[in-house]
Amino acid sequence: MNKTVLDLWVGLFVIAGVVALLFLALKVGSMSTVSSANSYEVVARFDNIGGLKPRAPVKSAGVVVGRVSDIRFDNETYEAAVTLRLDNRYAFPKDTSAAIMTSGLLGEQYIGLEAGGDSLLLKNQDRIFLTQSAVVLESLIGQFIYGKAQEGASE
Amino acid sequence: MQNDNLVEIENVEFGYGDRPVLKGINLSARRGQVIAIMGSSGCGKTTLLRLIGGQIRPGRGSVRVAGESVAELAPADLYRLRRKMGMLFQFGALFTDISVFDNVAFPLREHTDLPQDAIRDLVLMKLHAVGLRGAAHLMPSELSGGMARRVALARAIALDPMLVMYDEPFAGLDPISLGVTGNLIRRLTDTLGLTSLVVTHDVQESLKIVDYIYFVSEGVIVAEGTASEIRASGLPYVHQFVHGEADGPVPFHYPALPYADDLRLGKQRA
Amino acid sequence: MPMICDWENSVLKRSIEKLGNRTIQAVWRIGFAARFFVAVLLHSGTAFRRFGLTIREMYFTGVLSLIIILVSGLFVGMVLGLQGYETLQTYGSEEALGILVALSLVRELGPVVAALLFASRAGSAITAEIGLMKATEQLSAMEMMAVDPIARVVAPRFWAGVFSMPLLAALFSAMGIFGGYLVGVQLIGVDEGAFWSQMKNAVDFEEDILNGVIKSVVFGIAITTIALFEGYDAPPTAEGVSRATTRTVVTSSLVVLALDFVLTAFMFRGIS
Repeated sequence: MNKTVLDLWVGLFVIAGVVALLFLALKVGSMSTVSSANSYEVVARFDNIGGLKPRAPVKSAGVVVGRVSDIRFDNETYEAAVTLRLDNRYAFPKDTSAAIMTSGLLGEQYIGLEAGGDSLLLKNQDRIFLTQSAVVLESLIGQFIYGKAQEGASE
Repeated sequence: MQNDNLVEIENVEFGYGDRPVLKGINLSARRGQVIAIMGSSGCGKTTLLRLIGGQIRPGRGSVRVAGESVAELAPADLYRLRRKMGMLFQFGALFTDISVFDNVAFPLREHTDLPQDAIRDLVLMKLHAVGLRGAAHLMPSELSGGMARRVALARAIALDPMLVMYDEPFAGLDPISLGVTGNLIRRLTDTLGLTSLVVTHDVQESLKIVDYIYFVSEGVIVAEGTASEIRASGLPYVHQFVHGEADGPVPFHYPALPYADDLRLGKQRA
Repeated sequence: MPMICDWENSVLKRSIEKLGNRTIQAVWRIGFAARFFVAVLLHSGTAFRRFGLTIREMYFTGVLSLIIILVSGLFVGMVLGLQGYETLQTYGSEEALGILVALSLVRELGPVVAALLFASRAGSAITAEIGLMKATEQLSAMEMMAVDPIARVVAPRFWAGVFSMPLLAALFSAMGIFGGYLVGVQLIGVDEGAFWSQMKNAVDFEEDILNGVIKSVVFGIAITTIALFEGYDAPPTAEGVSRATTRTVVTSSLVVLALDFVLTAFMFRGIS
């Protein structure tokens, strides 16, 4: 095998491999971990986070504006303290509310942000006070059955 | 006349595991001579060459090449010494993935910074010396056994060594190739001022070309002398070897139980 | 005491001795392999100074493995597309097909299956080549020409394998995702936008893709080390080389799977 032909093949192989890696990096995956340089963190407390996991998306009006960076249990208030890392490009009023939602019936859980009307904006390490816990399917079904039973009793 | 000896081996003992191969060998090779080391197959001749090349270390005794004790050299010094040695392996050991030309050029490219033109000229000169300049473009797989060995010889002398070792250079060759190889060893030794160390069991061919012969049997030197001394030798072992007799001091049979016992003659079969 | 007299020749004693010998052999080989690995790393200078040597070996290990890697990747991806669709359809979430195909390829199947193919395609070839070079005394000849075979022959092959493996794994994954796309989107008719965008949302660069690349680099190191060692250590006979080649494929496949478990346990511990 001629040396230049061989080099050419290896060159093609390396280029193809790098293109495949780029394809995986750009087209298949996305950089979820927003670098700390151009982002800020806010904390929201929930009674129940359901199946929320770290790195779950934070969406507002359906657009991903950040990710869940940390979930911790607060042993004094018995609440879940969820840290949200939001992109610097998006600013939210201080009275923004956060809710844990589910995409589809069985889809992954994410945090939805609903902007309020305050003129002051959320800053780094601020807290979101208005929160709505995850809808837990079991308790929902439980309530439904309980309600039906009550209906039956009152008749 | 100490300095006249290029290779000096004193009291060398060596064994693989607990099986002793060499049990106290004394041997020396004078500069400019062709020395043969003979003995039946498996008597440790190749081991001797590996000791000289520094690929293995002796259990006891010393191996000196050009005044340097091979076993005590640091790896870098050993590699420096090996550049002055050439070795022809039994079946040539050519690199099968590159051409004849590249095989001979290999040591030159590894050890020198010569320009391509100079390497080309040197390679063709070495190939010419072994009569295979026309085969430069062939691959090793296209060569006959004798040709492969001549190419390997050209490779072994590529760096103009002071010592060339041959491991069974005559094994498996037809009579013509045999003569060619024998003459080549003698001629290269004389014209390039080499010292040649030939390990072989081909008595007739080597008696024609060598200056001095050592006979090795069971790990010791049993006889030594010039070609005519060996031919005239009365030692039973040498006589058997030179004349190729089937039985003698070296028995035809591998050690075994008495024949009759082994066949269970006169005994009830179980 | 007849019991003690019997002990000397008993079957039990002999089998215990045999077991002990085997164990000592195995431990000795592991030690030798570790020493060999360090020697390869220490003698890697030539492989980089004369990079042509490494490029040459990349042709034999990398380029020649391309066909089997690309074709297998395509088919594995297509099967994933079919099977994944069947399963997801029952939950009405066919759009998640992209996630399923991409995650299983990038995290697991890409590095692991590519490594298994690499072991049988390139690993066996390396072992056979080195083993035959040793059997025909080419390595000895090189040593006698004052050229270190570890630096000249072994190290370039090692680095060629280490460089090739992640590229092959990436090509396998990319080809697989393309195969999943062909079956899922083109053939079955899953929505193309959902396929790609859900995939992009769920696959994380660091967590999934980078970890997959790290895995394949580790597999590349393991396979080439085993293949080179087996070749270098092979008895110089036809039978010895053939057994060493078989051992390369078996050992490196098992090591890849075991390493995969260990690496996965380390990497994805944080999630869920």
